[in-house]
Amino acid sequence: MIEGILIGLQTALSFKNLMMVMIGCFAGTIIGMLPGLGPMTAIALMIPITYGFDPSTGLILMAGVYYGAVFGGSTSSILINAPGVPGTVATSFDGYPMAQQGKAGKALAIAAYSSFAGGTISAIFLLIAAPSLSLISLSFRSPDYFGLMILGLTAVAAFSSKGNFLKAMMMVVLGLMLASVGQDTLSDIPRFTFNNMNLSDGISFVLVVMATFAMTEALTLIFKAKDPTKAAKDISLSQLGSIKLDKTETKKMVSTIPRSSVLGFIIGVLPGAGATIASFLAYGMERNFVNDEEKQKFGKGSVNGIAAPETANNAACSGSFVPLLTLGIPGSGTTAVMLGALLGFGIQPGPRLYQTNPEIFWSVIMSMYIGMVVLLILNLPLIPYIARVLATPRTFLIPLILFFSLTGVYLMSFNNFDIYMMIGIAVVATVLRLYNFPMPPLILAFVLGGLMEENLRRSLLISDGSWTFLWDRPLTLIIMLTIILIVGWQIYRSFFVKKQRM
Amino acid sequence: MKISPSKLISLLFFIFSGYYLYTAYQIQVFAFDENAPFNAKTFPIYLGFAGLVFSALYVILPETNPTDVDLKVLDYKKTIGLVILMILYGLTILRAGYFLSTSIFLVASYIILGERKWIWIFTLSFPFVAIFMYLLHGLLNIYLRDPFLKYLGIMG
Repeated sequence: MIEGILIGLQTALSFKNLMMVMIGCFAGTIIGMLPGLGPMTAIALMIPITYGFDPSTGLILMAGVYYGAVFGGSTSSILINAPGVPGTVATSFDGYPMAQQGKAGKALAIAAYSSFAGGTISAIFLLIAAPSLSLISLSFRSPDYFGLMILGLTAVAAFSSKGNFLKAMMMVVLGLMLASVGQDTLSDIPRFTFNNMNLSDGISFVLVVMATFAMTEALTLIFKAKDPTKAAKDISLSQLGSIKLDKTETKKMVSTIPRSSVLGFIIGVLPGAGATIASFLAYGMERNFVNDEEKQKFGKGSVNGIAAPETANNAACSGSFVPLLTLGIPGSGTTAVMLGALLGFGIQPGPRLYQTNPEIFWSVIMSMYIGMVVLLILNLPLIPYIARVLATPRTFLIPLILFFSLTGVYLMSFNNFDIYMMIGIAVVATVLRLYNFPMPPLILAFVLGGLMEENLRRSLLISDGSWTFLWDRPLTLIIMLTIILIVGWQIYRSFFVKKQRM
Repeated sequence: MKISPSKLISLLFFIFSGYYLYTAYQIQVFAFDENAPFNAKTFPIYLGFAGLVFSALYVILPETNPTDVDLKVLDYKKTIGLVILMILYGLTILRAGYFLSTSIFLVASYIILGERKWIWIFTLSFPFVAIFMYLLHGLLNIYLRDPFLKYLGIMG
């Protein structure tokens, strides 16, 4: 393991990769700061650029963008009460009131230090957990993988559905349907291509991500006539106050960070849960841990109230890499985008990645940590300047998002068929989003579609067409029972709890 | 009878799933694969059925969490304008080349969205695209075919 860490450090600390982390963090912060544009969009916009690099460099850039976007999301939550991503909503509960008291700099510093500490602690957990889990996951068989993928999809659907589980499940099926377009991997038989050569290789992953996130976000902003930058015009972005913390504030943070890190990491590892749930749970847990006097300050600018969700959401980000790196199964929309990018590089994440490409495995983990340091040293002092991005008029912002999306897809294929398909998917996705049909389950399903079919094929062939493989092995049985539990809970919540309220 | 937009979308998805299922059954598989436990059409058939089940459930069951959207406040004009502009962009990019079509696309979209600061409109279109192209060529070695710049003798 020590050898692996050193290889990772060596790769991550090369001049080129260090530059990439810095550029990634910087670009991620700017994109993440813009309300509505979260880590998924930020990473999606970077994918076409990374194809010019070697896999390690590309992934390091994306890891930097990921953390930068999370940090950027917190900044817009604190400064203008407009969280860029759901994961930073809990930060705005206390961050924004503190900013209104003229202590925006302090709130940003608490968020940055907590993120750094949460990220550091969880990176250590990841360092220990990932290799051990990789070894355990070598014993997983096709039925287990198939079960795990269904579990991941069901969990993401359950958590992102906001009470509309059936809508989320429809999106899962739609994602899998889109993934089934193109030649069958084993027999090369064309499926749903309608004799169109452009569809024989299937629909590009970058196209679907760009269409459902970046482009849909831009179209939604125009459609709803929303100006995300309006709030930024009402505040002074250059006078944010001191970023120095006093002893009492530091003491409060020191007690909050360890427990929120552990909670965040565990939640992050779970499929589907992710940063949003981690941050809300940490906020709630912190309220129960503090004394009555401190409890009164929650919602009015409490130090603990900012530190807890910020620590947890960063810890959850690292945690979400565990299933991706060890099993090859992403647990969230963002890691699904990362998986798509990895597959684009020709790398199959999973238990063997640790053995076959140790430099990639370790350099990603090490670069996450370096990314945290960069965010703390470079981005925090530069916040008053970076925050001016928030005031970019939407008349420029939206066309530029469309420009990067269209260019990104054009760079992949150099034909206009993909541009038309992207516009079509984006228009449909905009209407779907308007009526709360969630997009993360669609992306996750699209990325997992091929792997899921492959594992189902193997399982059914081994069991000679019998579905008993779903409960033959104890591990598969446990996974299937968990899925039944999640579905049962969703049905109960949707119908019985709502009826009681009525 | 009034049907909610979410139910209408689910109904459309039901029809789409039915068509997908029909197409899945039409997939030609090899003769020796016809009776295999798993062939090229097995997974799509399952997906078609899953789509039918979930959408039918949504249409049939009472809506527990209906989504209300005020259709009157939506900005159709600008949205449709931009979508048409993107389609035109797709139509022209291969003929006019990346530089010209992208720059014109940016200028037109700034104007559609109501921007009238001409200095910024110009700066964030032609020079911006030129710098972007230079970065793609110089740093990332990504070549963009451009008949217009070739005609001007700027690119080989």
